Amino acid sequence: MADQVILLDFWPSPFGMRLRIALAEKGIEFEYREEDLRNKSPLLLQMNPIHKKIPVLVHNGKPICESLIAVQYIDEVWNHKSPLLPSDPYQRSQARFWADYVDKKIYDAGRNIWTKKGEEQEAAKKEFIDALKLLEQELGDKTYFGGDKLGFVDVALIPFYTWFKGYETFGNFIVEKECPKFIAWAKRCMQIESVSKSLPDQEKVYEFIVDIRKKIGIE
Amino acid sequence: MAQVKLHGFWYSPFTLRVVLTLKLKGIPYENIEEDRFNKSPQLLEYNPVHKKTPVLVHDGKPLCESMIIVEYIDEKWPQYPLLPVDPYERAQARFWVKYADEMIPAVGALFSSSGVEERENSINKIWEHLKVVEQHCFGYEKNIFGGNTINIVDIAFGSAIKFLITIEDIIEVKILDAEKFPHLHSWFNNFKDAPVINENLPDHQKVVAFIKSLLQKSLQSS
Repeated sequence: MADQVILLDFWPSPFGMRLRIALAEKGIEFEYREEDLRNKSPLLLQMNPIHKKIPVLVHNGKPICESLIAVQYIDEVWNHKSPLLPSDPYQRSQARFWADYVDKKIYDAGRNIWTKKGEEQEAAKKEFIDALKLLEQELGDKTYFGGDKLGFVDVALIPFYTWFKGYETFGNFIVEKECPKFIAWAKRCMQIESVSKSLPDQEKVYEFIVDIRKKIGIE
Repeated sequence: MAQVKLHGFWYSPFTLRVVLTLKLKGIPYENIEEDRFNKSPQLLEYNPVHKKTPVLVHDGKPLCESMIIVEYIDEKWPQYPLLPVDPYERAQARFWVKYADEMIPAVGALFSSSGVEERENSINKIWEHLKVVEQHCFGYEKNIFGGNTINIVDIAFGSAIKFLITIEDIIEVKILDAEKFPHLHSWFNNFKDAPVINENLPDHQKVVAFIKSLLQKSLQSS
């Protein structure tokens, strides 16, 4: 019996992008379903009744919610190729730690950069840059966080790169000036097919941000 | 022999998760009590990113974040497994662990809330969480999340609820109401009386008194 895999997603979501990359890395065929967040589908509400959020992975009718949990699930079920998590338990715990760090820091700081002004925005910029610098340190001399191939932390982090034009424009800074190693890492990731084919253009995401800012009345 | 050390706070729900895990698996360890007002240089060296407890040190290698530590312990010491084997069941367990994680700061917010409105909001937030768990986590036969044995979800929620009942005593408001949350209430009673758990939960009166004193300290300094 063939696997049925559906991804309920929203194209600019960095969390959804994580799953697109993971599925592509594993060569899994899946049906991508775009959700309208102002008019969520009955399937989404049924599959994620608690948070009502995307992304949701639906595998043979059963839902898996929360992006990092779903990426781990994908890694465990389709373990025949491209392992995303290391096999050593200590290395695994470190990968989970840094993915958790990305979750705690990057999204909120990034969001505050394009939604806030003045002091709040400056504070967000500092937090964001500090987080990237720490991640640069963790990366060290490795090609990817996963070593010589894409790993769990790379998958967790690279989607936010698609939002950089937005952060840089509204925050009035250039990430490459502050964190050149980070940008070098991001560009290496974008060379990987499963990454580049899964992620939207920075330009497209930037237009999306311009649009929401208008809608929520930020000027 | 492998060396295991735990840096933690005896009164913290996060440290408690690691303690219960080590005890359930019968893993000997050295407990290092940290002082939140005077953290040891070792702790700051082991957890430079967050500077928090708990930190587990195994063979000199540090691990941070309570549930990440719990999963690590489960992978290294297979006796008394805390996570299911099936990937889908594991994903569900991890989902509820994350949900329990989100509850603890909500309880903390209640503890530090000032004014009636803030307190009401905090209580409502916690109620929402409890309602979801009450509705979604209990089958008809199960006493605890894991079925017959304690699992990672029990540990995650057990520590959160333990923290909640401590705060209930301090602010003198009953939140985990037996009538509103019959499954949760009876589950927690089973959990806290279970062997190993029972001997390793911090003493209720002691922890209430201590957290109260922490609150007073923070009010004095503000």
